[in-house]
Amino acid sequence: MATYILRRVVSTVAVMVMVGVFVFLLLRLAPGDPADIIAGPRATPEMIAGIREQLGLNQPLAIQFVHWALGILGGDLGTSIFTGRPVLELISQRLEPTISLSLLTIILSVTIGVSFGVLAAWRSGGLVDRILTAFATLGFSVPVFVVGFFLIYLFAIRIRWLPVQGYQPIDHGFGPWVVHLILPTVTLSVPYIAFIARIARASMLEVLSEDYMRTAAAKGASAYSMLFHHALKNAGVPILTVIGLSFAGLIGGVVITETVFNIPGVGRLVVDAINNRDYPIIQGVLILVSGLYVLINLAVDLSYTLVDPRIRY
Amino acid sequence: MQLHQIAGNDLLLDVRNLETHFYGEDSVTRALGGISFQVKKGETLGVVGESGCGKSVTALSILRLLPKLTARTVGGQVRFHGRDLLELSDREMRKIRGDQIAMIFQEPMTSLNPVYTVGHQIAEAVQIHAKASRSVAMEKAEEMLRLVRIADPERRVNNYPHEMSGGMRQRAMIAMALACSPELLIADEPTTALDVTIQAQILRLIVDLKERTGTAVMFITHDLGVVAETCQRVIVMYAGQIVEQANVIDLFARPAHPYTQGLMRSVPDRRRGRQPRLPEIPGIVPSLREPIFGCSFAPRCPFVIDICREKTPVLRDVGSSHAAACWRAEEVMGA
Repeated sequence: MATYILRRVVSTVAVMVMVGVFVFLLLRLAPGDPADIIAGPRATPEMIAGIREQLGLNQPLAIQFVHWALGILGGDLGTSIFTGRPVLELISQRLEPTISLSLLTIILSVTIGVSFGVLAAWRSGGLVDRILTAFATLGFSVPVFVVGFFLIYLFAIRIRWLPVQGYQPIDHGFGPWVVHLILPTVTLSVPYIAFIARIARASMLEVLSEDYMRTAAAKGASAYSMLFHHALKNAGVPILTVIGLSFAGLIGGVVITETVFNIPGVGRLVVDAINNRDYPIIQGVLILVSGLYVLINLAVDLSYTLVDPRIRY
Repeated sequence: MQLHQIAGNDLLLDVRNLETHFYGEDSVTRALGGISFQVKKGETLGVVGESGCGKSVTALSILRLLPKLTARTVGGQVRFHGRDLLELSDREMRKIRGDQIAMIFQEPMTSLNPVYTVGHQIAEAVQIHAKASRSVAMEKAEEMLRLVRIADPERRVNNYPHEMSGGMRQRAMIAMALACSPELLIADEPTTALDVTIQAQILRLIVDLKERTGTAVMFITHDLGVVAETCQRVIVMYAGQIVEQANVIDLFARPAHPYTQGLMRSVPDRRRGRQPRLPEIPGIVPSLREPIFGCSFAPRCPFVIDICREKTPVLRDVGSSHAAACWRAEEVMGA
């Protein structure tokens, strides 16, 4: 186990170095002179030279990379070109809404998705199963923004139960915070619920026909205990895998959802940064998201041992 | 049609005309064609027959453990302590499973849940039925492992199934089945998947525990040797029907059904030394998807006469507590 973790950490470092090189080259590989792009069409040669000096673009590429990488290791993600403020500060200001939205989405998707999947497998071929399968297919194929606008129209404009858009920080009170997050969370969760439900159903169906399920029944176990105690843990490895994959890739959905619901989170920060060609911000977010992705994958792989005692690293 | 009626207070399980069907895409398989038999308190009843003759289906029908989508018990009664199990609600049935009637299965390698410890799985039965706390139930689990003679039970309770051998797992299954002191233990080929030496140990264990606890055992097997060693009474099944039922001594001394006779001939006899080739029963088991006219064994039977192909023989007395479903049973016994 210890050697496995060590091996994974080493490979994580390797992956992050590659991500770093890629993200670094992003700016340099963009067509034309980066300073030109940053300065925009109406810049004077003096302004471009100034930017080039400021970014250290006159030095060899390798030196630039080392400077940049050392900065990141020291917690310096660079400075926003547009606002002139540190990227790390800009990101951390936007972190709360994004983390709130992501956590609520994870909680909702996992509980509903797994329950749907278990229920569908239990009554496989029945009405519940067919309804859930239809929902899963639909939920997975309709784009996030369509679901978002539909929900806004229905719950915010027609029946006026929920606010149309916006965000309230949690220290302004739990109530407003939750109320503003209901629609975005549901919107963002739909495809994940669908995905998790499908995998959970398939995985459960396989487990339900195992001999030990009959043993559990012969023992007098209740349907609830059979499903959630005996079967679900056995079906857990594939379910954990898709949960990990889903949320490692959550950021894409977060960007769209934050835009649709006008939430001032990291997603919106990125969209604005792209519009403003604010490369340091894009690079900083990319580095953080990649790091998170790798960490989630590691956590998922390690969690297998908790679910299945036969798995040893 | 019931022959030797067992006196009421000795009677534990009374199966009457049990009929179970399997439903396929566009076919119905009549896996059990209305069988009747009884189990007395504390006795060991052997159920023998080839693969697919309905032995396991009988057991699963009694406990109502058949897959709901593909199988249904369409007729008959399963009277246990006078109550028809087929009439009980799911909740009432759960109270009987694992408590009054327990079952052990053929495949010890796959019959235990791989993600829970053996102790946990034994304790679960105790927790469900005795409403015991977790710690009390775990103590009971350890005690049961000791009872089934697993060495070092203090350590073994915390083992996962994959950390045990096949023989040990089957012992653990037995411990689980007996944890709530059932009145009836259904053992469905409990030794078939094990090594020969382990088979003998597990058989001896079941017989021993049966003596100590007084539980009745329904022993399902295709091995007549096992029947001879363990059972008092035997029923022989063929194509979803009971074709013969007798005391074990009578059955071996004077089998009254040609199928039983064929089965016995195909058992190797160690006392006779090397034999050139074991006799086998010619032909194959009939498909239960088509209706069968006459005796289902007729196409393979050396004693077959015209009536066998036209009229189905019913189980009838051929001696004291000995019955067979054969038109020529008396001649078969004499042969």
